[in-house]
Amino acid sequence: MSLIAQDAPGKTVLLMGNEAIARGALEAGALVFAAYPGNPSSEIAGSLSLVADALDFHVEWSVNEKVAMEVVAAASFAGLRGLCAMKQNGLNVAADFLLNLNLTGCRGGLVVVVADDPGGISSTNEEDSRIFAKLGDLPLLEPSTIQEAKDMTRWAFTLSEELGLPILLRSVTRLSHARGNVRLDPLPRTAPRARFDTSRPRLPFPPVFCHKALHQNLDRSGALMESSPYNFYRGPEKPELLIITCGSGWMYSLEAVTTLEIQHRVGILKLSTTWPLPRNLVLKHLKQAHAILFVEEVDPFLENNVKELFAQHCIDLGLKRFHGKATGTIASVGEITPAIVTSALEDLLNVNLEPRPPEYARKAREAVAQLVPSRALGFCAGCPHRATYWAIKRALALDGREGFVLGDIGCYGLGMGPSGFSQMKTIHAMGSGAGLAAGFGQLERFGLTQPVVAVCGDSTFYHAAMPALVSARYNTSNFLLLLLDNSATAMTGFQPHPGTGRTATGKEAHRIDLKAICEALGARVDVADPFDLKGTTEAILRLLQNADGVKALILKRECALLRSKRQKKIYTMEVDQERCLGERCGCNRLCTRVFRCPGLQWDRATGKTGIDEAICTGCGVCAEICPVSAIKKEAA
Amino acid sequence: MILARDPFNVIIGGVGGQGNVVASQILGQTLVNKGHVITIGETYGASQRGGAVMSHLRVSAKNPWSPLISEGQCDLLVSLEPVEGLRVLGYYGNPRVITLTNTRPVFPMDVNSGESAYPELSEVISKIGQLSAAVWVVHATEIALTMGDPIYSNMIMLGALSAMGVLPIDREGFEVTIRELLHSHRLGDNLKAFDTGAEAVKRL
Repeated sequence: MSLIAQDAPGKTVLLMGNEAIARGALEAGALVFAAYPGNPSSEIAGSLSLVADALDFHVEWSVNEKVAMEVVAAASFAGLRGLCAMKQNGLNVAADFLLNLNLTGCRGGLVVVVADDPGGISSTNEEDSRIFAKLGDLPLLEPSTIQEAKDMTRWAFTLSEELGLPILLRSVTRLSHARGNVRLDPLPRTAPRARFDTSRPRLPFPPVFCHKALHQNLDRSGALMESSPYNFYRGPEKPELLIITCGSGWMYSLEAVTTLEIQHRVGILKLSTTWPLPRNLVLKHLKQAHAILFVEEVDPFLENNVKELFAQHCIDLGLKRFHGKATGTIASVGEITPAIVTSALEDLLNVNLEPRPPEYARKAREAVAQLVPSRALGFCAGCPHRATYWAIKRALALDGREGFVLGDIGCYGLGMGPSGFSQMKTIHAMGSGAGLAAGFGQLERFGLTQPVVAVCGDSTFYHAAMPALVSARYNTSNFLLLLLDNSATAMTGFQPHPGTGRTATGKEAHRIDLKAICEALGARVDVADPFDLKGTTEAILRLLQNADGVKALILKRECALLRSKRQKKIYTMEVDQERCLGERCGCNRLCTRVFRCPGLQWDRATGKTGIDEAICTGCGVCAEICPVSAIKKEAA
Repeated sequence: MILARDPFNVIIGGVGGQGNVVASQILGQTLVNKGHVITIGETYGASQRGGAVMSHLRVSAKNPWSPLISEGQCDLLVSLEPVEGLRVLGYYGNPRVITLTNTRPVFPMDVNSGESAYPELSEVISKIGQLSAAVWVVHATEIALTMGDPIYSNMIMLGALSAMGVLPIDREGFEVTIRELLHSHRLGDNLKAFDTGAEAVKRL
């Protein structure tokens, strides 16, 4: 049984932040969960899907974040507790619903978890989702530790019901994807029944009246935040420097102050309710210090809000010096780290800490510079996307009209780099490849002669590309959509989607057929296997040259990692060392230098190619690449 | 066992797909079961796509620490791939660090393509030795391949780690964690991997 489902109050277990959030919701008695996968949020619904049957609750992978939020809001309207989870980009998708939901309010506890990705480690953007709390006049919670992630999620449901509002809970990568000790509390024994009270319709009318009620509610929320045990101060009564921090910044600040041994000089006000601010608590501590440093991830949200509060009370508070992102004391972009906070404190307080002997540091850095090769990202061994981009590159070259590829969100985004032969030329939001193609496909009358190709993964297609395709077909646009169907949401951990015929909990579901959808829209649809390089190249070329309007080519081949979970190699691969001519071949190392599958290795000593049997998945595609047929495949 | 320092900072370095995250989770849960307070940070961005991957594991008797270890603060390095170990030492190393390394290289894309070179293994190990207080090695991938699947190399590394006596982990604690976290049908193989690692590890 998964750790998050253990009914063992008092037991301490090691949980990932996302699992702790899931556990907190279970302890609060939440019964409905919905999400669309997106790192760093994916394991919230992912971990719940493993225990949903045993604990008898509903969890689903919704088609996108807006639908996920609507599904959970329905549960709330019917009096049940529910939670939806998403990454920062997901909240943009769901924002339209959220900014009406704030006006209608809700009944059963409703928690919206947004996991931000500072530094864009696994995102196309670096975005601070907290601004939506201010935009929507909604309470915002920011846990700092794994234990708090669980406890504050549980508390958020109570708060939501007390205020009749959805609560935003913001996590970041270093919380969601960190693990720590968590002391479990009891799971509830009783389940409420669902009923929608029609005498209390959820209508945002008149909007101005609802907006006013929302503002009053937010004031009430501020008063509740004042007494939250998750806001506290640690340090001397009148600190030389006051750090105001939240989220991951708390542990970094604490560590920096402890390591520099300046606990007697610096105080830390740790806030976990960052909108609305606990005004009295903040004012009380502002009064005690003349210099303030803000430590938070991504935007100066806390920093600006505290300064705004200060501006209203500056006559009582007197002069202050504020340090943070605005002054460049804390980097305005990228992840923050304990080192960033340490360095800010060293500058502000004129202290210094040598992390290690300088002579050692010099030697260590030198060793890396001399010996350690860089490790660029690339498609996995046997990934169908590599074969797909190979076919795209060849087809576009054969077509000869400077055709280009519009990209989308998924593993295949690596198509912008060497692993995908630099074929992909745009990448924005979910479904934007198809949307941009719909636009490019209208430009022929203005002189565009280049063929337009969009790539889109299967999960991305259902999420946001379908409306673009409908619009393109309706407006008689002209482009080729390549649907890279690898039977999973591979980038985020192989979650099932509407095309897989399985639900989040692994039950059989109606399979929403990609081909049938495209055909229903009146698009021409072909299907090919990307591992058949020749056939795929020909299919792409044919569709580029021979048909007008919206064309779709479904490239169907299961994700290599997914396949390897149940099936070993398809082929055993070998390089015939007699046949491989190496540097003398004239192919200029087509297999290793250009095709770049990690299973193929250029051996500098022999000047020939070999196969690494620990990495090769035996897809057999490289056998088609070699001009002298030195790469052999044999059924495994 | 009393920890040499508090927090005691462990970094598990390697390449995406080597089971780094699972190894850190199993090590962490085993230590939690022994009463320690653990914080783990995963730098996972490239986890499935051949990039360099690290887990930061902080072991304390008292309280949680931040999930990121700072420059020069690594006490124990578990390196699933030789140059990745060296990469970690470059920023996190210090004269007191104890290193355990696998000996099997995973060539980066640029090395496979012939654009850059992977250094001689002996040179990498010797450099790791110069930058560590002690170095232990185990041929984890080779052993795992004889077991039929390279994925066992992370369990072999944990077995090796248990034999070094720097952290309070033993076979019994490992088994409890494995039973709790992994599919039971692989229990026997994982235990075998652990035992083999414990026997095969050597101090240089």
